[in-house]
Amino acid sequence: MDASTSVETHHEPHGHDAAHEHHELGFWRKYIFSTDHKVIGIQYGLCGMVFLFFGFCLMMMMRWQLAYPGQAMPVIGKWLPHIFGAESMPDGKMTPNFYNSLGAMHGTIMIFLGVVPLAFAAFGNFVVPLQIGAPDMTFPKVNAASFWAFAVGGVVMSMSFFVPGGAAKGGWTSYVPLAAFDDTGPGRNPVFNGQTLWLIGFIFLITSSLLGAVNFITTIIQLRAKGLTWMRLPFFVWAQFVTAFLLLLAFPPLEAAIIMQLMDRLAHTSFFLPAGLVVNGAPVSISGGGNPLLWQHLFWFLGHPEVYVLILPAFGIVAEILANNSRKPLWGYKSLVFSVLVIGFLSFIVWAHHMWLTGMGSAVSAFFQTTTLLISIPSVIILSAFFISLWGGSIRFTVPMLFATAFLPMFGIGGLTGIPLAFNSADLYLHDTYYVIAHFHYIVAPGTIFGLFAGIYHWFPKATGRKMNDFWGKVHFWPTLVCMNVIFLPMFLQGMAGMHRRWYDGGQGWGVANEHTIWGLTGFQWNHPISWAAWIMGLAQIPFIINFFWCIKHGEKVNDNPWEATTLEWTAPSPPPHGNFVHTPVAYRGPYEYSLPGRERDFTMQSEPVEPAERTRRKPAAEPVLA
Amino acid sequence: MEIPYTVSTRPDTGLWNAKIGIWLFLASEVMLFGGLFSAYIFLRIDAAPGMWPHGVLNVPVGTFNTCILIMSSVTVVLAWAALKMRRYRAYWWYMLATISCGIIFLVVKLAYEWPQKYDHFGIYIKSEALGKYEQYLGNAYAAEKELPPRLEITGHLHNPAALTDPNIKEYEVALDPLNADPTNPSMDRPHFLPLTVTHKIATIEKADVERATMFLPTHNAYFASYFTITGLHGLHVLAGVIVFIYMWLPVSKKVYQRNPEHLANRVEVSGLFWHFVDLIWIFVFPLFYLL
Repeated sequence: MDASTSVETHHEPHGHDAAHEHHELGFWRKYIFSTDHKVIGIQYGLCGMVFLFFGFCLMMMMRWQLAYPGQAMPVIGKWLPHIFGAESMPDGKMTPNFYNSLGAMHGTIMIFLGVVPLAFAAFGNFVVPLQIGAPDMTFPKVNAASFWAFAVGGVVMSMSFFVPGGAAKGGWTSYVPLAAFDDTGPGRNPVFNGQTLWLIGFIFLITSSLLGAVNFITTIIQLRAKGLTWMRLPFFVWAQFVTAFLLLLAFPPLEAAIIMQLMDRLAHTSFFLPAGLVVNGAPVSISGGGNPLLWQHLFWFLGHPEVYVLILPAFGIVAEILANNSRKPLWGYKSLVFSVLVIGFLSFIVWAHHMWLTGMGSAVSAFFQTTTLLISIPSVIILSAFFISLWGGSIRFTVPMLFATAFLPMFGIGGLTGIPLAFNSADLYLHDTYYVIAHFHYIVAPGTIFGLFAGIYHWFPKATGRKMNDFWGKVHFWPTLVCMNVIFLPMFLQGMAGMHRRWYDGGQGWGVANEHTIWGLTGFQWNHPISWAAWIMGLAQIPFIINFFWCIKHGEKVNDNPWEATTLEWTAPSPPPHGNFVHTPVAYRGPYEYSLPGRERDFTMQSEPVEPAERTRRKPAAEPVLA
Repeated sequence: MEIPYTVSTRPDTGLWNAKIGIWLFLASEVMLFGGLFSAYIFLRIDAAPGMWPHGVLNVPVGTFNTCILIMSSVTVVLAWAALKMRRYRAYWWYMLATISCGIIFLVVKLAYEWPQKYDHFGIYIKSEALGKYEQYLGNAYAAEKELPPRLEITGHLHNPAALTDPNIKEYEVALDPLNADPTNPSMDRPHFLPLTVTHKIATIEKADVERATMFLPTHNAYFASYFTITGLHGLHVLAGVIVFIYMWLPVSKKVYQRNPEHLANRVEVSGLFWHFVDLIWIFVFPLFYLL
């Protein structure tokens, strides 16, 4: 196929035939119980976005309690007792237990039901097979099973708000022994209680990510198009490949830990409970002999790679968008690939830096401190390569590009503020303060979530054949960017002033939060601007939500390659039919051939054969390799 | 739409899809059991002296089960080889043998080994009362021989009502040989053949008891990890058996008639899983039965 005409060729009758063959599938098989990677990707994406918004709503409720502790919530305070029960929100005032539930579930939902499904499963499912020129994932049924396991996990987690005692309240880390005794005793069902449902929900989520990870890795190894060698893969595919390995290998130890905590709760074993434990003033009758540190080790063995599960897909998305909108090749493609591989490896041996305060011993701390500092090297290489990629480009500030460029400094702040936490001497002071909250939220909120927004705006035309509105995209972007910083920057100050992250009253009753002012406000008073910024940011998402749904049907119609991008997914029709490509794609060149000298257009797609004239100009490495 | 390389191999990787898939899945399983085994190590290193029991499992039965699993690993390879030689009848018999081995393993585990544990009773004596029961524990003898301290009296509970009735003030226990004759040098080490409970009955006052339960997961860290790990392993055996039954039923003969290589690949993949389950047992057996 002459790929230089690929943009125009897709509306040939041939493409329509491919779609017609599958019309016999009914609505349920086509949109609900589908095995098509694109439908599954969109299902994951919609669920992920709903959960992201739900998790954000939980946080907006907490922000009220932090800014105005003990006061009845205005407007919605009247309904909340009816939704969450009068014992959670008597007269619209938040109880400490309910606050803890919201905190634990905010973390759990945002990470495991929001960002992972969206960043890994949704973008991975939708984009990866298209970018590697595959007709689908290798195991479509397993893929559907993965989504449905996720859905069950999501339902179980959400359901836990409505059982007696409310949702899990032991923090998203569920540290034992606290979590082992939460929601037990009179009035609590042994199975249908917050903490037990949290554990059961997690088993489904882990199953889901296991099935997804196996599928992704196999797909990338086996279904790459002809000529698409490893070093011609778009960086996004590399990022997803490494992410899949992290999920594959890091989640199972947490599953082991969850099985053991379930045993502790249901069979009354003592995996995590030491002898002589006293709960509520009375010694508990358990065999003892367990170890709370064991839980922390197993939890963080997942927990740390999980951080990279959150950020690597965002790196991938941002890389695609930066190259596309700066109209020049990604700088240092090979170093990016090797950096991402090194991050993947190192992320498995840094976990205990979450545990400096547990008294593991200085030898262990020294080891993990060293590996933690080592992992910042590839991260900095990636970020630097992104910045250099912008240098000398002719940048188009499209909406995806706005989010992608904002990602760079935001992630930079998040990453650099992590370095003091990596030193265990500095962490003794900063541990469990708002500083830590600010640090990792800079990475996942204006970092990862900006990457995700960028990806949504970028691939929306591929999924629907229409573009999202630019103006409303900017209305979404600017307030979100400003609010993100108003929310998280002051938290560094609060944290350095010694404010603890788990105070239910926002610091009102604590001397350290009220006696000194920082830039004119006390630590407690800083909660006000932060909370208002959070609520305004909530409002700023409305243009996005309307824009998203409106443009599915009414957005501006665009051709198959509206961004003039180079990778293979843009050679498929928009939206791609079942089986994706009209002609089986072949890759003849690297993924980012922008502004190639001597070409009419400033982008050369991967599917365009190398011309004889080009061969003389190029190094031998660029010769087509047809595998 | 056809997904490539489901049966034939991709030239540059030399693999078909499911073969990569199963190896990745097994890598994940290694991490799952790795998590549990590291918990075992953690708990065992942490255990106070005398708190990690030895010789409480039935080694001959465990050995029998080990042999059964190894045999099934052989038969599943023979089943696969028979398919490769296109001998469906032989495949059918080898598969039946594999399935039977899996079922025998599960029956032995669930109907014999586990119930034996539920039947056995263990009493941890309070440290201040240890001297009172010296005749059953022989701690002076153990100290002299540098054996770990003995904190527990085990055997069969003669008055099960004592478990629930607060008015009964003592447990009556038919003692295990160790507690019946604690200074006998033959009791210093666990035995390969299981020893039967003696007729000697001890009366132990509840006031002197730290904790007393059947050999259930609650009893101590050893039984907690024993039941959790063998239980999860048993679930894997069950899963393997179900998959094999599916491949042995007439449904799969249709796959064979359409493309024999497809069924052979399926057997290969599930056989790899089966070998893995077998391999896990090879770790479980020494960790719990022998060491």
